[in-house]
Amino acid sequence: MLSSLGSAGGKSTKPSFVSYVTPEEIKSEKEHSRKEKHPDLLPGEVVFCSASTVLKYTQDDLSQRGVFGALLCTNFRVSFVSDEAPAEEMGQLFKNKLYGENDIPLSCVDNIYGGYEDKKKLLTGGLMKNKYPSKIIIHCKDLRVFQFSLTFSKEEDAKKIFQGIIHHCLEPKSLRCLFAFSYCENTSYPEMQRKKQTVMFDSVEDWTQDMKRTKGNCRLVSENRSFELSPKLPQFFIVPANVSDEDLTKYQGKGLPMWCWSHHSGCALFKTASLPLLPEDNVPQTHMEKMLTAVAHNHLYSVKTEDLSETLPTVQDIQLSYNKFKQFFLIDNTTEFWMSDMKWFSSLDNCGWLDIIRQCLQKAVEVVECLEKENTNVLIMEEGGSDLCCVVSSLVQLMLDPYYRTLLGFQSLVQKEWVVGGHAFLDRSNHLHLKDKVESQSPVFLLFLECVWQLQQQHGPAFQFSETYLTVLSDSVHVPVFTTFLFNNDSHRDSILKAESPHTQRGPLNCPTVWDWSVQFDCKAQDLFTNPLYAEKPKQDKSVRKSHRPKHLRQLSLPSSAFKTPPKKGFFKDEADSLKKILRVKRISRWMLSPSDSPQTSSSAREFYEAWQAKPLDYHGLLLPCLDGPSIRVWMQRYLRWIHDVQILGGGPVAVLSKVSEILGEVQELQRELDRHGCTLASNHKGARPRAKTAAEIASRSSVRLSSSFPFVTSRNWSFKPAIPTSLLQSLMVTGIAGNLADRADDGDDLQSMV
Amino acid sequence: MTAPHVTLGDVLLPESGAKQTDKFRTENSSLWSQSVEEVLLCRVMASASIPAYNSSNNPLENSSSHNASRESLKMEPLADVTLLPGEERIIDKDIIYICPFSGALKGKVFITNYRLYFKSADADPAVTLDVPLGAIGRVEKMGGASSRGENSYGLDITCKDMRNLRFALKQEGHSRRDIFDILFRYAFPLSHGLLLFAYLSQEKFEENGWSIYKPVEEFRRQGLPNDKWRITFINANYELCDTYPTILVVPFKATEEDLRKVSTFRSRGRIPVLSWIHRENQAVICRCSQPLVGMSGKRNKDDERYLDLIREANGTAKLTIYDARPSVNAVANKATGGGYEGEDAYQNAELVFLDIHNIHVMRESLKKLKDIVYPNVEESHWLSSLESTHWLEHIKLVISGAIQVADKISGGNSVMVHCSDGWDRTAQLTSLAMLMLDSHYRTLRGFQVLLEKEWISFGHKFANRIGHGDKNHADQDRSPIFVQFIDCVWQMTKQFPTAFEFNERLLVTILDHLFSCRFGTFLYNCESARDTNELRSKTVSLWSLVNSDASSYQNPFYTPESNRVLYPVASMRHLELWVTYYIRWNPRIRQQQQSPVEQRYIELLALRDEYLKKLEELQLSDSSPNSSHLSNSSTPNAASPTQHITHLHTPF
Repeated sequence: MLSSLGSAGGKSTKPSFVSYVTPEEIKSEKEHSRKEKHPDLLPGEVVFCSASTVLKYTQDDLSQRGVFGALLCTNFRVSFVSDEAPAEEMGQLFKNKLYGENDIPLSCVDNIYGGYEDKKKLLTGGLMKNKYPSKIIIHCKDLRVFQFSLTFSKEEDAKKIFQGIIHHCLEPKSLRCLFAFSYCENTSYPEMQRKKQTVMFDSVEDWTQDMKRTKGNCRLVSENRSFELSPKLPQFFIVPANVSDEDLTKYQGKGLPMWCWSHHSGCALFKTASLPLLPEDNVPQTHMEKMLTAVAHNHLYSVKTEDLSETLPTVQDIQLSYNKFKQFFLIDNTTEFWMSDMKWFSSLDNCGWLDIIRQCLQKAVEVVECLEKENTNVLIMEEGGSDLCCVVSSLVQLMLDPYYRTLLGFQSLVQKEWVVGGHAFLDRSNHLHLKDKVESQSPVFLLFLECVWQLQQQHGPAFQFSETYLTVLSDSVHVPVFTTFLFNNDSHRDSILKAESPHTQRGPLNCPTVWDWSVQFDCKAQDLFTNPLYAEKPKQDKSVRKSHRPKHLRQLSLPSSAFKTPPKKGFFKDEADSLKKILRVKRISRWMLSPSDSPQTSSSAREFYEAWQAKPLDYHGLLLPCLDGPSIRVWMQRYLRWIHDVQILGGGPVAVLSKVSEILGEVQELQRELDRHGCTLASNHKGARPRAKTAAEIASRSSVRLSSSFPFVTSRNWSFKPAIPTSLLQSLMVTGIAGNLADRADDGDDLQSMV
Repeated sequence: MTAPHVTLGDVLLPESGAKQTDKFRTENSSLWSQSVEEVLLCRVMASASIPAYNSSNNPLENSSSHNASRESLKMEPLADVTLLPGEERIIDKDIIYICPFSGALKGKVFITNYRLYFKSADADPAVTLDVPLGAIGRVEKMGGASSRGENSYGLDITCKDMRNLRFALKQEGHSRRDIFDILFRYAFPLSHGLLLFAYLSQEKFEENGWSIYKPVEEFRRQGLPNDKWRITFINANYELCDTYPTILVVPFKATEEDLRKVSTFRSRGRIPVLSWIHRENQAVICRCSQPLVGMSGKRNKDDERYLDLIREANGTAKLTIYDARPSVNAVANKATGGGYEGEDAYQNAELVFLDIHNIHVMRESLKKLKDIVYPNVEESHWLSSLESTHWLEHIKLVISGAIQVADKISGGNSVMVHCSDGWDRTAQLTSLAMLMLDSHYRTLRGFQVLLEKEWISFGHKFANRIGHGDKNHADQDRSPIFVQFIDCVWQMTKQFPTAFEFNERLLVTILDHLFSCRFGTFLYNCESARDTNELRSKTVSLWSLVNSDASSYQNPFYTPESNRVLYPVASMRHLELWVTYYIRWNPRIRQQQQSPVEQRYIELLALRDEYLKKLEELQLSDSSPNSSHLSNSSTPNAASPTQHITHLHTPF
C-alpha cells in the first residue's frame, strides 16, 4: 500500500479542495476510464511521455488523500492534469499564461525524491532506472512541493514516466535542449518598443544616456562590439576617462575598472574582476596601479578599493546556506512543519542565510558612505567580477538613486549590472545539470532580490514595484522561455542566438525577455506588480524654487553638512601602498586621505546610519537599511506562500494594501472627473494617468477572501478550520531553562491550608 | 501611522524643535493635555514633518493643568513639561544621565509626585526622559563616596517598562542622599504610607471611563439571561468568592445552594461561571479555578453535577475542560490540595492540557528578553538569542490554546477553562478566545469592556503582578501576565490589520498606564478591594483619557465584519517580537515606527475628501455660472494640510 513518509502522529483529516475517495475505491473504478489528457501545449512544446491514474497527494496532511489524473513530461514541464473538472472562477486572477498550478517547468525542478516503502531517497540522474518508486516527490525552485503516487498506474506507464522525469529533469543536457529555443522558433515576439521601456544596455545610446543622467564623466568603449577585446566584457561599457586604448586589451578585461554609477558630487562607483596579484610578478601589479590611478583621476584623486572576495561569503557559501535555508519551506507534511516550528528561530540563525543578506547590505552601506559622505571613488572587485560585485553595485545604486526604485528603473538596473554586466546566469542556475558546473551553482541573483526585499520592507513607499513583483521575478529565473537568464554573458548570448537562428539571413533568434511581462501575465495580474504606497516625486516648480535648488536634480536627504566629524573610513582597505607612492611622487598627495586623517573605526557605518536616520526620511533620496537583528526578516510571501497551515485567512499585509489600492483607485477616479470639469489641479497631481482597477480590488469585490499568500494562492480551496500546532514536544519546552520555576505554584501560599 | 503611541525615554530633540514647542503650545494647546511623553513625541514628529492629524483634543484638561503647574511651583518652571492637575514638584537637581545611547549627559532632573523628568543641558539635540514614578521597579545606589572612576557614584533605576536608567552625581557631600530618599518614597508610596498618585490626581475628562463596563448590560448584549442561564447576585457582598465580581452568570438549573457547595470544591471559591455565550449555537466559555482534588483524589458530587448542568445547557455531548497548565504541573498541584478533573469523576467531560507555564516562568522569560534588547539589541545570533528567551514560544502556546477554545465553541461545544487559580492563564485564554469569536471586543470600546470584564472584574491580581507603589521588587508574585496578553493581542492585530478598531498606540498606552498609577483602572487585585478603597469615586479611569480622545486610538484600516471568527496562525513563522514596544527606547529602532502604509492611506483619504469637495463646488458652480470665479479661488484654501505630501504614482 501507500507508504507513509512522515512519522506517526498524523492529524485528523481535513476537508480540502477535492472530493476525496480513498485510493482503494478508485482503483477499480478508474481502470476503464483512462484516456489521454493534455494540458494546453505551448508553441514548440512536445509531450515525451505520460501516465494516467497517477495520484497527486494534497500537500497539507498525512491522510494520503489526493486527486487522480495524468502525469506528463514535455520538453517544457512536468504536468499533472487532473481527472476532476478544473476549479475555475478565482485563482485565474493571477494566472501565469505559461504554466499552471500543477505544472513544473523542467528548470524549476530542484530535487526529486523517490518514496520506496518507508524510505525517502534523493534521486540523481542515471540511477535505479528499472526500479521505480511508488511515490515521486518533487521539490521545486519556487518552493512548491508535489507528491505523486505511481501505484495505481500501469507498470510500463509508471516506469516510463518515472524515467522520463528523471531524464529530463536531472540529467545533463545541452543548451539547445532548453525549451526557449523550440519555443522561440515557433512564436514571434515583436521587438520591445524602445520608448518607455526597460533600458537594455545593448547599445551605445543606452550607456551614453545613463552616464548623462548621472552626470558621469567617463569614457564609453565600443571597441568590444564584436567581442574583440574580451568575450567576458559587454559589447559596450564605460571606463574612467584616463584608461588608454592599450589598457583595454590587457588581461582580457580583468582589472579593467568598469563604471557602474556616478554620484552627483562627481565621484563614481566602479567594479572589476580582480587580477591575480602574484608577488613575484610585477606586471599585473603595475597595471592595477595604473587602473587605480585612472579611477582616482575621476574625482579628486581619491579611490577606495574593496575586495569583496575577502570580505563577503563566497558563491559556494551562498549556495550551502541557501540549501539549508530552503529546506525549512519544502515541507512534505503538516507534522514535519509543526515539528520544525519549535526550533524555527535557531534553525534560521544557524543556516546563516539572513546573515549573508545582512553582510551584503552592510557592504553596500559602506560603499554608499564612501560615495555620499566622503565623495571618494570606489572600486569594488572580486574574482570574476560578476557575482558579489553585481549584488553590491546594484544595491548601492538602489540606495542612492531613486530612479532604480521605479519599476522600469529597476529592470534597467538588472539589465545593466546583471544581464549585460555578465553575471553567469547559466552556470549559477545550472539549468543544464552539468556535473562540472555543480560547484558553480549558486543563487546569487536571488540573494540580490532578497536584499532588495529587505529594503522594500523597511521603506515601502520608496519603491514603485511590489513584493509580488520581486517574488514573480525570482520565479521567472527558472522559466526557460526568456533569454534574460539563460546565458553567462553578452557574447555567450550573442553567439548562441545567432547559431540557433533557423533563418540566418533574418538575424539572430528573437526570444522574449523576462521584462515583457505580458508573456506570463495579463494586464490585470500585472497591476499587482505596482506598489500602491509609492508616490511619485513632486515636480518642483522651477520658476519659484530656482534659487534654492541644489546643483543636481536628485535631491539627497543628506546634505554634506550633516557630517561634522572628519571623514572616517569604514572597513575599507587602503589603496595599495605603492599607489600612494606614485601619487606622492606626482605631488598630489594632498588629495589623498592619509591614514591619520581617517582613523579606522568599525562604528563608522553605524554612525553614518544614525546620522541618516536622524534626518527626516525622503523616499526619493538616500535610503539606508536598518541592519539590527529584528530588522532583517524572512521573505514571507516567497517562502510561505504554499504552506497551508500558515496562511492567514483574511489577514496579512495584503488586507491593508488592498485598502490603499482601493482608495487610490477612488482618488484617481475623482481626479479624472475633475479633469473633465477642467479644474486646474496642483501641477504635481496632473501627470497621474488613469489606472486600471487592481486585482486586489477585484478580488475584494468578488467576495473572495484574501489570505497572506495572495496572490499566489487564493482561499477558495480552504476550509476555515484553524491550524492548531501539534502539541508534540511542547511540554518539553522549558525543561532545563526554568528549572524548578516551572514546577512552582503560581502564588506563594499553597492550598492545603484552605482545604 | 503608529508613531504617536510611543512614550519617550530618550527623545532626541532637534534644537529647532524647541521653538516648535512654543508654537504647538499656542496653536494647538490641546497637545498639552495628555502626557508629556506624547507631546514630546508630537514635537519629534513635527520636526520630521509628519502631519499631527491625530493629536489629542481636550481643552478642558489643558487649562486646568496649566493652572496647576503655575500655582504649585515656586521653583524655576520645568523646561518643557506641564504638570498634571494634582501633580507637585518635589525636588530638582543637577545630575548626569548616563544614556546608554549617547553617553553621559549633564542636565537637570526634576522629580514630582508623579514623574521623573530629565533634560540634558548641553547635548544637541537635547535628550529628555519622562518616566512616571509608577514605572520604577527598583532604585539602587551605585558606587560609594570613595568610588573611583568617572560617573561611578550615583543611582541605578530599574524600570518595569523594559529600561534601566543610570544617573551620576557629584561625590562630595552625600549629594545623592536626598534624591535617593525622595525617589524611594514617591516611587513606592504604598511602602511609605502614602497614597498612589491616582488618588492625588485632579484630572478631568469629558468622558467618564468608569461607566464603560456595566456587567448586566454586557450580558444582555450577549443575549443573557435566557432559559438556560441566569444572573445571580449571590456574590453581592463577596461572600461566595472574594476575588469574583458581584454579578455572575450560572446555569439556570443551579440553585444558590448548589453554588455554595461547588465553591467549597474550587480553589479560592472561584466556581465555574459563564464568560461568553455563542449567540447561535449557545456554546459557552466558562471559567473557574482548579478543583480541590488533593492527593487523595477527592470527589465532589455537587461539582460534578454542576459541570453537567453547563454541558447540558446547549446539549454538548462532552464538556471540554481546558486546563491551561502542563499536565505535570496539574498533577503536582495535587500535593498542595489542588488538581484537575479526573476521568472517572467527570465522565461527560474531556480534559485537555494546554501546556502554558506559570507566572514564574513568564517572569524569567521577559527578564531574559530584556537582557537581549536593552540597552542594545544583541548583535550576534539575534534569532538564537531570541529563541532562548522562549518569550515568543510562550506567546505561541497561549494563542494556540485560545484558538482551540474558539474552535471548540465555533463547533458548538461548550468549554470550561481553568488553570490553578483562574486569574492568570485563564484570563488570557478566555479573553483571547472571546476576541477571536466576538467582533464587538475588537472595537475600541468593546476591547475596554473585555479588559474590564475578564481581567479586572474577575480578579487578575494586578496589584501583586505589577507591584504598584510597592518597594519589594523581588516579590515572587510579580509577573508580566497582562503584558503577555497584550502582546498576544498585538500579534493578532498584526496578522489581521483590518479587523481591529483600535491601533497599536492603544496597546502601548494601556501598558504604559498599567504601571504609571496615574489612573485607577489597573489598581488592586479584585473588585472587593476596589470597593474598600473607593477606587471608582476617588480615581480617574484610563478609559476617560482614551475615550475623550478616541480618534488617536483608532485604526484607519478597520473594516467591521461582524460574525467573523478570527483564527490567527500560531506558528513561529508568523509570530514576531513586538519591537515597537520592547525595543522602543532604542533610537535606532524608532525610525521604523511610523507606518508609511497608514500615512499614505490617510493622505489618500484626505485627498479624496478634498477632490470630492472640489467636485461638489464645481458642480454647484456649473449650475450657477455667475459664481464660478468664486469656487476656483476658494479651493486652494480648502486643501487639507497634508496635501503637499501626496503625489500619485503612475504605474507603467
